[in-house]
Amino acid sequence: MSATPSTAFEIAAAVRAGSVRAIDVLEAHLGRIAARETDIHAFNLVTADEARAAATRIDDLVAAGRDPGPLAGVPIALKDNMCTRGVPTTCSSRILEGWKPPYDATVVSRLAAMGAVSVGKTNLDEFAMGSSTENSAFGVTLNPRDTSRVAGGSSGGSAAAVAAAFAPVSLGSDTGGSIRQPAALCGVVGVKPTYGTVSRYGLVAFASSLDQIGPFSADVRDSALILESISGHDPLDSTSIPQGPLDLVSVLDHDVKGMRIGRITDMPEGADPDVLGRLEAAFDALRAAGATIVDVELPSLKYGLTAYYLIAPAEASSNLARYDGVRYGRRVDAVDTNSMYMATRAAGFGDEVKRRIMLGTYALSAGYYDAYYGKALKVRRLISDDFARAYATADVLLTPTSPIPAFKVGEKADDPLSMYLCDIYTIPTNLAGHPAMSVPFGESRDGLPIGVQVMASTLGEQPMFKVASALERHMNSSGGRS
Amino acid sequence: MSPAEIVVAPNDGSYLIDGYELVCGLEVHVELATATKLFSASANRFGDEPNTHIDPVTLGLPGALPVLNRHAVELAMRIGLALNCTVQPSTFHRKNYFYPDMPKAYQISQYDQPINVDGWLELPGGKRIGVERAHLEEDTGKSTHVGGTGGRIHGSDHSLIDFNRAGVPLVEIVGRPDIASPDEAKQYVTELRQILVAVGASDAKMEEGSMRCDANVSVRKPGAPLGTRCEIKNVNSVRSLGRAIEYEARRQIALIEAGESIRQETRHWDETDGRTHTLRTKEDADDYRYFLEPDLVPLDPGTEWIEAVRAALPMLPRERRLRLSRATGAPADGEAVMVVVERGQDDYVLAVAESGADVARALVHVKEAYAEQGARPSVPAADLARMIVMETSGKLTSTQAKTVLAELVANGGGDAEVIAAAKGFEAMDVSALEAIVDDAIAAQPDAWAKYCAGEEKAMGALVGAIMKASKGKADGKAVTALLQSKRG
Amino acid sequence: MPDTPSERISAAAVAKVARLARLDVSDDEINRMTGQLAGMLEHFADIDSLDLSDVAPMTQPYPLTNVFREDVVAPSLDRDEVLANAPAAEDGRFRVPPIIGLDG
Ligand SMILES: [Mg+2]
Ligand SMILES: [Zn+2]
Repeated sequence: MSATPSTAFEIAAAVRAGSVRAIDVLEAHLGRIAARETDIHAFNLVTADEARAAATRIDDLVAAGRDPGPLAGVPIALKDNMCTRGVPTTCSSRILEGWKPPYDATVVSRLAAMGAVSVGKTNLDEFAMGSSTENSAFGVTLNPRDTSRVAGGSSGGSAAAVAAAFAPVSLGSDTGGSIRQPAALCGVVGVKPTYGTVSRYGLVAFASSLDQIGPFSADVRDSALILESISGHDPLDSTSIPQGPLDLVSVLDHDVKGMRIGRITDMPEGADPDVLGRLEAAFDALRAAGATIVDVELPSLKYGLTAYYLIAPAEASSNLARYDGVRYGRRVDAVDTNSMYMATRAAGFGDEVKRRIMLGTYALSAGYYDAYYGKALKVRRLISDDFARAYATADVLLTPTSPIPAFKVGEKADDPLSMYLCDIYTIPTNLAGHPAMSVPFGESRDGLPIGVQVMASTLGEQPMFKVASALERHMNSSGGRS
Repeated sequence: MSPAEIVVAPNDGSYLIDGYELVCGLEVHVELATATKLFSASANRFGDEPNTHIDPVTLGLPGALPVLNRHAVELAMRIGLALNCTVQPSTFHRKNYFYPDMPKAYQISQYDQPINVDGWLELPGGKRIGVERAHLEEDTGKSTHVGGTGGRIHGSDHSLIDFNRAGVPLVEIVGRPDIASPDEAKQYVTELRQILVAVGASDAKMEEGSMRCDANVSVRKPGAPLGTRCEIKNVNSVRSLGRAIEYEARRQIALIEAGESIRQETRHWDETDGRTHTLRTKEDADDYRYFLEPDLVPLDPGTEWIEAVRAALPMLPRERRLRLSRATGAPADGEAVMVVVERGQDDYVLAVAESGADVARALVHVKEAYAEQGARPSVPAADLARMIVMETSGKLTSTQAKTVLAELVANGGGDAEVIAAAKGFEAMDVSALEAIVDDAIAAQPDAWAKYCAGEEKAMGALVGAIMKASKGKADGKAVTALLQSKRG
Repeated sequence: MPDTPSERISAAAVAKVARLARLDVSDDEINRMTGQLAGMLEHFADIDSLDLSDVAPMTQPYPLTNVFREDVVAPSLDRDEVLANAPAAEDGRFRVPPIIGLDG
């Protein structure tokens, strides 16, 4: 088993070449899942039988001399908020327990068509609302690097699955940092692409104007490969940008000489000194690689949290109104339809989801729209304008991904606001619709992974990946010590 | 829209109920004649097995996303342009409320930026009724109430939901409160229906629900500020619309006269008892929390598309009535022109005239005999024309002409001469008739003298003799006309 | 804009919002939520003082217009597969309790 290749890139190449069988690759991963999943709880559902059938079909294609596609035999884990036909999709919520979608999300059908093999559905904060995957109706996902700590969230299951090598790659969704923050906490790469580059069709909506699907992987190249595979126009998503797939793998070897790396001088405070230390190390590494560090100001950035926590719950309150017990999912019976709605939704949603539905309903309601939701949309514009000015002088911006490394399970459970602050650095990119990614860049004094966030302007994935790749090269060459 | 913003055209005072003016505005929903739904590709079809035109978007499944139907936009533009609206850039909002036939718990509708604004509809008599807006939105599914009495909500055991209709494209046409009588309301809806059918936007059948009408009704003393209005729903025919408005106006007047105030509310028209009943009051109206639909992008048809749609519009009913009126001399808002244009038979009448027949006669015959025929009558225009020529040349009396026409309609056409001959209708040409008339005058000089002195009764004796001499083949009208012309 | 947390949202307002959102919540929960929401709104008061009169709201991150589909029918979902997921179905339709009490 140790002979099987470990990255998606290597797996696909080996399976297509016929030098490794997809089923063997899969069994190696299923073996690791069997060994450690009970300690981690990355998955809501492991679809071993379906995965074996898919892997076998791929091996048969190879045996028949046909090409199963660019992701041939690559095991992949899917966040359990992406629709998979006939396979339960729960969003880690009681209200969708048992629901089997009658259709596949666009990303799911694209991956399957390229030969990837789905190994299961990963745990998340209920409806992707949270930063620790503690808000799951089906239990907490623990951090494979330290199982007393959270994996981050909301895509904690997908981050943990890659960190534990249950799959070389996985998909998450990122509304305010839900890919990047768990990636940082678990020590893996996580990418939120430009809004509109990856289809949202079949992604269960949290906040429609902010949600994007993106990859997790152990290295930058695998994320580039997966993002290339799932990006590109989808006529089923009206907000999908009409352009072809991104071209990323080809730029990874480019150096960063002459690139302008922005340092935000008025960055929101409160980050852990170890985290800030690693950020400085990242600037140093890029400077050493020939890049220029430029100072930029984004005075409105500090309002990002407020804008986000008014906009996202407002959209969510509407997106989650469909869970009414009429057509699918859970129902609590009652004497009339209205009582049925009230009882079903009270029993089906967890506390954090209810809190956000309440907040969002309030922000949109008559008399409060202008003061809250309307105002938040204007602040969103201010932040976007700040970014536009910054990107006139910088190619990418560097910040911490998370203000702190992985925290203890339960540590923030009783304080929603302190949990919300985990996303202080990731939220602004969602508001602007820009791409951003987290790259592992060393550890804290306690040995916990720390990620650096590389942010770029709209469709700036190429410069973003170039810089991420340079940071990764630096870590590899320094043996992870600088 | 708050009542304070409403500008009401002055009532000319011609319609008052017990000294009160009626102020009425109509909101009409029409289902568009597309192949698919507004935001998804399942079929837009009425009357099929329940839940057989469903897809993730229609059912509001988690993860489903709407994509706008281009043809629905085009049909909405046709409606707007036909109603003299400005077509403008527009957006879609979510209107949030819970109802089991509303799959997403929000309706996607146009809110503050509708596609069509500021138009009007001209009633046949010339009065213009303002159209505030005509916007795109999606329809709901259909609930059937099981148990209880008569399929009503109250007292039912449970309800069953069919989502075939959910997501069907609608245009909601919001009229200004310019309607001053139940009859104007009926005219408005009738005219609107014809326009919708003419432009191919909808089959607009009130009975089948593809056209649905709500009426906002208030009353006031002439010159007084606007009264509190009530919205009447569930009006399923043009006739009911008139009755419902009349009833509601009288109900409000009775309340005012009794010193009570009118509550702003939504009321339900009950066809069986001929009354309106409270459905819900303003106080418990939902807070719809409108916000811009983040899953859709703005719509901006642009001048080129708008002008192409305008150029392709067919001639509208009003213009067709004027054309027929000019051709026939009949009044544009007279019954014959109205009826024939409503049936879409005006082109046919003009084709009959083209084949050499008198156009006024053609209009009358088509209006009388073609009630069951559609816009493309089965009788070839040339066949009807030949019959009319026989009639106007005196070869057929008007009674005989009706008989021959009935035969033509029954057979889907035919040779009028052959039919007349088969029926034994002999030709009586104008010179033969004139000879008989002259004989009759010569035979009864006293009667002729009295008739010439203006004693109309005296004509009876002359006509009787003429009919007898012609063995009943003379056309009564032709005889009268001859006598009148000879009197000078 | 009120300026103390307790003035930012009342228990009565929270109860009304819960009804709008169709969430059955106990009085205890209302009180707890009122405290939490008031605390959040207090935190979000940082934007109150901003002068945003000349700022256009930003609703979508990537500006697109006129995204259409053609009016072509695609097959319906299978009714049995869909109804198999329904909490209750009857005669090819979704079954719900009596539709009353929806207004208010
Ligand atoms: Mg309306
Ligand atoms: Zn409407």
